[in-house]
Amino acid sequence: MPEPLLEVRGLCRTFGDVRAVDDVTFTLPDGGSLGIVGESGSGKTTTARIVVGLDRADAGHVRVRGQDRTTQPRGRAERLARARQIQMVFQDPYLSLDPRTSVEAVLRETLELHRPGTDPAPRIRELLDQVGLGTRAADALPRELSGGQRQRVAIARALAVEPAVLVLDEAVAALDVSVQAQILNLLADIRDATGVGYLFITHDLGVVRCVTDDVIVMRRGRIVESGRTADVLALPNHAYTRLLMDSVPRPGWDPHAIGAARRALRNDDTPA
Amino acid sequence: MNTTEQHPADTPRPAPGGRPNTPAALDIRNLRMRLPHTARPVLDGVDLTVGAGETVALVGESGSGKTLTSRTVLRLLPAGTTTEGTVHVAGDDVLTMNARQLRHLRTRTAAMIFQDPRAAINPLRRIGDFLTESVRLNKIMTPAAAQARAGELLEAVGLTTEVPRRYPGQLSGGMLQRVMIAAALMGDPTLLLADEPTTALDVTTQAEVVALLGDLRARFGTGLLFVTHDLGLAAAISDRVYVMYAGRIAETGPAASVFARPRHPYTKALLDSTPGLDAPPGRLVAIDGQPPDLRREPTGCPFAPRCAHATELCTTETPRSMPARGEPAHTAACHHSDRLEGTPGDA
Repeated sequence: MPEPLLEVRGLCRTFGDVRAVDDVTFTLPDGGSLGIVGESGSGKTTTARIVVGLDRADAGHVRVRGQDRTTQPRGRAERLARARQIQMVFQDPYLSLDPRTSVEAVLRETLELHRPGTDPAPRIRELLDQVGLGTRAADALPRELSGGQRQRVAIARALAVEPAVLVLDEAVAALDVSVQAQILNLLADIRDATGVGYLFITHDLGVVRCVTDDVIVMRRGRIVESGRTADVLALPNHAYTRLLMDSVPRPGWDPHAIGAARRALRNDDTPA
Repeated sequence: MNTTEQHPADTPRPAPGGRPNTPAALDIRNLRMRLPHTARPVLDGVDLTVGAGETVALVGESGSGKTLTSRTVLRLLPAGTTTEGTVHVAGDDVLTMNARQLRHLRTRTAAMIFQDPRAAINPLRRIGDFLTESVRLNKIMTPAAAQARAGELLEAVGLTTEVPRRYPGQLSGGMLQRVMIAAALMGDPTLLLADEPTTALDVTTQAEVVALLGDLRARFGTGLLFVTHDLGLAAAISDRVYVMYAGRIAETGPAASVFARPRHPYTKALLDSTPGLDAPPGRLVAIDGQPPDLRREPTGCPFAPRCAHATELCTTETPRSMPARGEPAHTAACHHSDRLEGTPGDA
């Protein structure tokens, strides 16, 4: 059996008494797109940070094409090699870019770090083109760009080293809907063109439905439901998944029933 | 929470204008606002009403002017702003008030709930102090009466009586937003302005806060202006909706008819670009381009450069708000409203 692109097995992380991530296991196939859905405190962001390498796990493994990345990297070369496996796009494009660095310089810095000795200029043009930014944007500073344009820059920066996996942590949550739609379409096009795999962290089930093949639903550090996105959203098994779906506001929505369902679910919980 | 309340779908909603013989909670007429160093007005002829006890949603994207509109109601304006038009709250014009009347407006007649409760509460003061501060300082109530009222409102928003002794850091975001709502109701306002009050909350918490606002509106008869970027939420909670684009009201009408039969291409495009649970799968219909910026004065319809239906007329002549046939309350500022098919958006 071929190694999956990304394999996460038995991941655990505790902060004090809180089990932020509790025995989380999933795999992402080549070129796949997996959504992790949950509310604040569900452990979805901590999971993402461990996968990327911004946090460490107490137990469990993260493997990319069979290579373990849970242990401390030995030296600079290995650290850079791991960075080339997985890249991350953050929620807030206003905070994730250095205000003093132009778009071109952001991309050049990344490329010179990972591909020393190669002329970065052609790749920079290619990346800007790929994310739909004109060469005119190359000289711009982040403050001269809109939120959507900044998020395109952040995506270009993440794609620069041709990662196997892109982790997107609420990457469209801060954008206006019309811009959000542009970015979601862009992400779909990039996946088709490059075969990069997505790990899509979001609280928004509409977004999950739009850009993922598979989904896992997390609550209090644990996976409560997982499966093909279309199946899970069509026939949710777990009460919490149903609650999340019912909570999406739409005409005829009944917020009182949701409040009651939420309290019922909380009362069902065995004491933590 | 009051369990004897009918849920909102069963409750008859007041018609536009609200109860007879009561002045509208909010009545904005032809509001124009300019900021220094901008070529176009940030608000350009805004007309908006909230009847007594009515819930009205104001929907728009960043920069559309929705937050500025709601802040104008409390005259919280950026420096150097010039305004034309009138803004009446419970019959009094906010733009001509003196300092004393303005204080009365902000402490009694109208109240605002902001997006981020943590940014609006002093973290070093106890919840009880925060709740009673305004009515105590303005000598609206005695300290004892203020405390009693605070206790009553905390119960109404579903919090326990030990909350006043807590500090903001000891409460969750959803609980703090309930505290904000209780604080806003302390002066028994005619009008509640809620600017993205649930955006920072989890979806299940959002539902509880929305249910609570609905109950309180029914119980205290407060008019509610709900400012949001979320069309689904606006459709779910409001009697009437206003959709703003580039400082103008693009479309307004009863929530159900605006969402089922949008008459402005911008409203339709927004509905189509929202990734919903019921929307057709596959690629989203994105709106190309960017909203117009404030440095250029647009001629004609501000949405024309991004609009699939735009003709030469749209780039030369500014469309006026026109009612739909047979539906006088549903108006749209578009030359080509009749060309939009009645495709359901997100019903």
